[in-house]
Amino acid sequence: MTHSSRRSLLFGGAALGAGAVLAACTSNESNNPTTAQTKGAEASNPNVAAGKAVTIGFSAPAADHGWIAAITNNAKAQAAAYSDVTFKQVEAGKDAAAQRAALDTLIAEKPDVIVLLPHDGKELNAFGLKAMEAGIPVVNLDRAFPDALAYRLQIKGDNYGMGVAAGHYIGKAMKAKNVASPVIGEIAGMDELELTQERSKGFADALKTYGFKVANRRAARFTADTGQKEAQNLLQALPKLDALWNHDDDQGIGVLAAITAANRSEFIMVGGAGSKKAIEDIAADKSVLKATVTYSPSMASSAISLGRLIAQGRGMADLVELQVPKEIILSSETITKENAGTYLKLGF
Amino acid sequence: MERGGWWRTIPTESLWRNLGLVGVLVVLFVIGAIIRPDLYGDSDWVVNNMLVILQQAAAIGVVTVGVTFVIIGGGIDLSVGALIALAGVWSTTLATQSYGAGGMIFAAIAVGTIAGAVNGLLIAYGRLVPFIATLAMLVAARGLAAQISGKQTQVSADQFINGIATKKVAGIPMLVVILAVAAALGWVLLNRTTFGRRTVAIGSNAEAARLAGINVRRHTLLLYALSGLCCGIAAIMLTSLATSAQAAAAELYELDAIAAAIIGGTLLSGGRGTIVGSMFGVIVFSTITNLFAIANLPTEVQNMVKGGIIVLAVLVQQIRFGSLTALFRKP
Repeated sequence: MTHSSRRSLLFGGAALGAGAVLAACTSNESNNPTTAQTKGAEASNPNVAAGKAVTIGFSAPAADHGWIAAITNNAKAQAAAYSDVTFKQVEAGKDAAAQRAALDTLIAEKPDVIVLLPHDGKELNAFGLKAMEAGIPVVNLDRAFPDALAYRLQIKGDNYGMGVAAGHYIGKAMKAKNVASPVIGEIAGMDELELTQERSKGFADALKTYGFKVANRRAARFTADTGQKEAQNLLQALPKLDALWNHDDDQGIGVLAAITAANRSEFIMVGGAGSKKAIEDIAADKSVLKATVTYSPSMASSAISLGRLIAQGRGMADLVELQVPKEIILSSETITKENAGTYLKLGF
Repeated sequence: MERGGWWRTIPTESLWRNLGLVGVLVVLFVIGAIIRPDLYGDSDWVVNNMLVILQQAAAIGVVTVGVTFVIIGGGIDLSVGALIALAGVWSTTLATQSYGAGGMIFAAIAVGTIAGAVNGLLIAYGRLVPFIATLAMLVAARGLAAQISGKQTQVSADQFINGIATKKVAGIPMLVVILAVAAALGWVLLNRTTFGRRTVAIGSNAEAARLAGINVRRHTLLLYALSGLCCGIAAIMLTSLATSAQAAAAELYELDAIAAAIIGGTLLSGGRGTIVGSMFGVIVFSTITNLFAIANLPTEVQNMVKGGIIVLAVLVQQIRFGSLTALFRKP
């Protein structure tokens, strides 16, 4: 009994101690990218002037990844920048079916426009058709609908272009160094996603124009721990490396950790997406990471802005057209030490 | 003793199983040497690669120690991957990092142990089926981890934590040393203590164990807390490796840990298993991952092979070693 009481006391004490520490824990507050990735009121922009009050419905997957988090944060912040916008977010759930169910409830509330980043464009295509038939314009973000009738506007990043940009950066760097047949590695993201396949194809195609090819390719899961593991194995397979492209800067944290642990520095590395940390690392120029190719979550802010214009029947101020175009594909830009300062504000 | 001879003192079945797994490792090594003679011909590279394999097995190995206990005790823990993510994320938030490495390690271990104890409470006192309770914890812990981290990758700025993965003790990576210590403690706990004997007894027949005077509920709670504790340790190891933590980290670790335990001879129905076997199981998986990367084969092929190995290992053990051990059984 005495033993049991003492044990209980110890356990209780430990639990209380843990509670005290844990209660003090909050998330990394420094990771708030929204202010720089939204467009505030600029007097010179006629589209900022308040128009008809509109309600924008919004849905994006609750995936636990920095890029998706930035998408939702940017959308919210951009909507908040307009006095004439009511932002109505619905949870996307764990898969396409759950997102479709959530969006069905949104249709019933008849928003003026729906902006959504689908779990999967193909699976949400039917929803797009349904919303459009109900007279609610759909702005598809990032993951394309196969049917053009399912959306009013599609705005997305250029996955193939990301690969091309990374391939050209590496190709040119190798030519500049006079490396005739470089050993090139690739750490991709989730292989089952079409976007990963597009990125890899763009990379291979661009390298081909220089007569180069990928020597070893590993697919990680967009997380730092998987990036670390795959990079560690890839470095074992390639004792000498000239260049490495890693598709995603979040998983790149792990990739860089593996490179540092292996004490390797004979090659150059290019990242992907444009996270704040990656841009800072490039600017500092103290690691093998020399560039990253963008795939910015700022597209969510643009989607909200354009969704608002669509709902208000207005066009884009700089275009001759009276209405917002049907499709916008962001270009993938290459961030290097030279222009890192300009892009830092877009880092997420 | 008088009927079977000296060999009856040797745990024959687990010995055969472990020898089988050593055989698998040898075969994998030979395949590697055939595919990449340039690398396998370099003894420095071979030694370094073995250390890399062990280092990659370290975090999942520590988790497998806990999972092996849970399975031997007749349960299952599907939440380990999520608990690692939760413990890792919690220990790397800015507020926790401000307490230094000690605060981070304490937070990870406390979160893991408490969450594991919650599993145990639900199962032992709430009478939930282990599968359901830990499945619910899997979902909830991932959700909480995403909430705490703001879905952002939490970068560790603590040099001590980040340095654990790169430190070596007498040429052996620190992570491998941690695994060895965890495995040794696990072995002692399972084979040389009342706790271990009770675990086996409960896994074999919980009702008989209860009638024999074992507090089955309290023991079950402790088993899941132990599994959670291992997750907390693994979270620090993983944070150190990736210099960061993420809510999506340690994906499918639960399946890897359970598979490694089963390959190592732990009975899914409970009551039987060894820590040494589980460690061999983990190393076999780690070696396959490494070999496939060296051969430049895609992950999906690796997963298919992993699945095949699990099925094959269980079948071989049932058919072959089952019949071999029958030779030593009393008539």
